[in-house]
Amino acid sequence: MAHVALADKGQELAHPKTWIGAYVWSQDHKVIGIQYIITATLVGLVALALSAMMRLQLGFPGVFDLIQPNEYYSAVTMHGMIMVVFMLTAFFLGGFGNLLIPLMCGARDMAFPYMNMLSFWVYLASVIVLCASFFVPGGATGAGWTLYPPQAITEGSAGSGMGIILMLVSLALFIVAFTMGGLNYITTAFQARTRGMTLMRMPLSVWGIVMATILGLLAFPALLVAAIMMLLDALLGTSFFMPAISDLGEVSSTTGGTPILFQHLFWFFGHPEVYIVALPMFGIASDLISTHARKNIFGYRMMVWAIIAIGGLSFIVWAHHMYVSGMNPYFGFFFATTTLIIAVPTALKVYNWVLTLWQGNIHLNVPMLFAIGFIFTFIHGGITGLFLGNVAVDVPLSDTYFVIGHFHMVMGVSPFLIVFGGMYHWYPKFTGRMLNDTMGKIHFWVTFLGTYAIYLPMHYIGILGVPRRYFAYGSLDSFPDSVHVINTSITIAALIVGTAQLLFIYNLVWSLFKGEKASSNPWRATTLEWQTPDTPPKHGNWGPELPVVHRWAYSYSVPGAREDFIPQTEEPSENTKGDVH
Amino acid sequence: MASSGQIADQGVVNDLVEDWSQDKEVFKVHWGKAMMWIFLLSDTFIFTSFLTGYMKIRASSTIPWPNASEIFALSFGGDPIPLILIAIMTFVLITSSGTMALAVNYGYRRDRGKTALFLFITAAFGLLFVGMQAFEWTKLIVDEGVRPWSNPFGAPQFGACFFMITGFHGGHVSGGVIYLTYVAIGVLNGRYEKKGYDIVEIAGLYWHFVDLVWVFIFAFFYLW
Ligand code: HEM
Ligand SMILES: [Cu+2]
Repeated sequence: MAHVALADKGQELAHPKTWIGAYVWSQDHKVIGIQYIITATLVGLVALALSAMMRLQLGFPGVFDLIQPNEYYSAVTMHGMIMVVFMLTAFFLGGFGNLLIPLMCGARDMAFPYMNMLSFWVYLASVIVLCASFFVPGGATGAGWTLYPPQAITEGSAGSGMGIILMLVSLALFIVAFTMGGLNYITTAFQARTRGMTLMRMPLSVWGIVMATILGLLAFPALLVAAIMMLLDALLGTSFFMPAISDLGEVSSTTGGTPILFQHLFWFFGHPEVYIVALPMFGIASDLISTHARKNIFGYRMMVWAIIAIGGLSFIVWAHHMYVSGMNPYFGFFFATTTLIIAVPTALKVYNWVLTLWQGNIHLNVPMLFAIGFIFTFIHGGITGLFLGNVAVDVPLSDTYFVIGHFHMVMGVSPFLIVFGGMYHWYPKFTGRMLNDTMGKIHFWVTFLGTYAIYLPMHYIGILGVPRRYFAYGSLDSFPDSVHVINTSITIAALIVGTAQLLFIYNLVWSLFKGEKASSNPWRATTLEWQTPDTPPKHGNWGPELPVVHRWAYSYSVPGAREDFIPQTEEPSENTKGDVH
Repeated sequence: MASSGQIADQGVVNDLVEDWSQDKEVFKVHWGKAMMWIFLLSDTFIFTSFLTGYMKIRASSTIPWPNASEIFALSFGGDPIPLILIAIMTFVLITSSGTMALAVNYGYRRDRGKTALFLFITAAFGLLFVGMQAFEWTKLIVDEGVRPWSNPFGAPQFGACFFMITGFHGGHVSGGVIYLTYVAIGVLNGRYEKKGYDIVEIAGLYWHFVDLVWVFIFAFFYLW
C-alpha cells in the first residue's frame, strides 16, 4: 500500500455535540492550549504568593511572623519547582505549543487529539497532587527544588514525610503528561505539515518548541528514574541514595547509598530543563522581534542550527551545577569547557536579534516592548552564567544570592517577559479581542524596571557572600549592615512587581469582554495562524481547504511588494521574485 | 538567503538538509510509527538511566556485591546450574520476537487469521516470561530471603536494583501483552480493514524494543 502523508489524508476530527465536549473534554488543540495556559497561570500565582511570603520574611525579619523556618523552606521549594516545571514548562509547551504548532504548520489539529486531551488531564492531576502537599502533615517538602537526598527524606527536615512523596508522585505524573503531549508536538511538526511548509520555512517559534520537546523527552527520563528511586528509599527503606547516617549517636538503617548519583540524575534532567524553557523563549522572541520590526529575521538558517546545537550541547554540561560536590579536576575542566562552548550559539542568537532590530521599522507595540526587554535581561543573565561556568569563580559564588540573581535573570524573568509578549501578541487571535494597551505598557515598565531593582542587588549581596536558602541572617559579622537594607529594598520592589502581575491578570479578564475587537491579522504578520478564515479559528482551523505555503515565514518589507509583509500563503509574483525561500 | 533550488548544489550537507526538510513530513512513514519511534527513544533514556544508575551504585558500594551466577542458579535434582532460568527466559523472549515478526508479515498480507494467531502466540510467550519472572522473584524472596532493603549475600542495593529494574521491565512486558492482545482482537474483528495494518508493525516495534532492553539487563545484571 502506497504511503499517504498525514497532511493529505484529511484527518477525521471528533466533533463535540455538547458544551462539555467542546470546552471541557475537548480534543481541539486550541482549547487544550488554553486549558494549559489557565492552569499554569493559576499555579504560577500560587508560586508568586509564596515568593511574596519569602520576601516578607527576608526583608522584614521578625516583623510579620507569617512563616516559621520549616514553612519558609517549603515555600522556597514549592516556589522554585512550580515556576520551573509546572508553570514555565507547561506554559511554553502545553500552552503555546498546543496553540501554535498546528496553526503555524497548517494542520487541522495535533496528530493524536485524544492523547493530547489526556495530556492536559494528567497535567491537571499532577498540579492537584502537588498543591495537596501543602495540606498534609509535615507540610510540603522543604528540600529545595533540587530535592537533594539524604536531607529530602531524612526525618527532621521540612516535609520529609508525605510532602516529598507527593512531590515525587506529582513529578512522575507531570512526566507522563508531558510525554503524551510531547509525542504529539513532535509528530505534528514533523509529519503533519501542510503543502509547501518545509522545515526550513517553519517559524522559529515552532522550531524552538519542538526542539525543547525533544530535550524534554530525553531529559525527563532521568528525573523519572531519580523520582522512582527516591520513592523507594522513602517508602520501602531501600538505600539507593542513602548512606549510613549517624544522628545523635544513632546510626540509620540505611547504608552504602550514593547521594551523588541523585545529583547526576537530577542535573542530567535539570540542565536540559533550563533549555526546555529557553528554546521556546528564543523561538517566540525571534518571531516577535521580526514581526514588530517589520524585518526578516537575521540569519534564519543560523538560528535554526543554533537551536539544534544548543539542544545537543545542553546534555553535556550538567555537572557545572555540581562543582561544589567535588569531582575530578579533569571533569571540572571538561564541564567548564562545554559550558563555555554552549555560550557560542547562544550569543550568536543574541547578535541575530540585535541585527534584526538594526535599521528595522520598529513598532513599539506591547509585545515588542517585552521582546526588547527580554534581550536585555537575557544578556544580563547569560553573562553571569559565564562567570559561574568557571570552576574557580563558581566555588565561592555557589549557594549565594549571586546564583539566585543569575538564574532569575536568565530563566525567571526572561521567559516570563516572552510569555507576556506572546500573550499580548496572540491573545487577539484566540479571543478575537485586543489586550488593553495602557495596562500593557504599565505592566511592562513596572515589570522590566522592577526586575532590576530586585535582582541587581542580589548579585551584589551574593558577591558579599550572603548565602541562599537562609530563613534569617541575624546579626552576622561576616557581611555589612547594608545587606539588611538591601534586603528590605528588594522586598519592596518584589511586592510592587508582584502587584503589577495582578494588573496583567485583570487585563486578561477585562479585555475578554471589553477589549477592542481584533481584526484577523492585527499585527500584519506573515505566519499561517494569522491567515485563518475565522478569528478565533474554528475546530479544524482552515475551513474546507488546507492552506498552501509558498514562502518562508519572514517576508517583511520586501521591495516591490504591495504591503510591508507577504503572508506565507501568497503565491510568488513577478515583482517579489527575489523572495521565495 | 538563497532559495532551495540554489542551495541544492552546495554540497552533501545541504542536500541532506533539503531532503529531510521537505514539506509535509520528515520521515516517509505512518505517523503512528513515527510516534512510536520517538517514544521508544525516550524510553531508551529511562532504561539507560536505570542501568547507569545501577552501575554507579554498584561501583560505589562499600559492601561486596553478591555473585549473580550463584544466586540465580537453579537445581533440577542434581547440582545447581548457574543462570539456567534466565537462559530459558531469554530464549522465550527472543522467540517471541520471531513470532512477532511473522505476525507483522501476515498483517501486511492481510491474512487476518494468521496475524491474530501469531499475535496471540507472541502474547503467550510474553505471559510465560512474566510467569517465570514471578517464579524467580518468589524464589528470591521466600527461599533466599532477598528483600529490597537487604539480603543475606552482601550489598543491600543488590536486591533494590534487581527488583526495581526487572520489575520495571516486567511491567513493560505485561503492558505489551495487554497491547498485543488488544491488537489481536481488533485484527480478528476486522477493526483495521480500513485503516490498514500498520498498527501490527507499531506494536511489533514496541515488542522488539522490550526484548532488546532485556538483552542489556541480562548482560549487565546477570553476566557482570
Ligand atoms: C516576583 C518574582 C520572584 C521573586 C520575588 C522570587 C524570589 C525568590 C526567592 C526569595 C527565592 C529563595 C532564595 C533562597 O533563599 O534560596 C527564590 C528561589 C527560586 N526561584 Fe524565584 N522569585 C521570583 C520569580 C521566579 C521565577 C519566574 C522563577 C522561574 C524560573 C523562579 C524560580 C526560582 C527557583 C528555581 C528558585 C530556587 C529554589 C531553590 O533553590 O530552592 N523564581 N526566588
Ligand atoms: Cu546548567
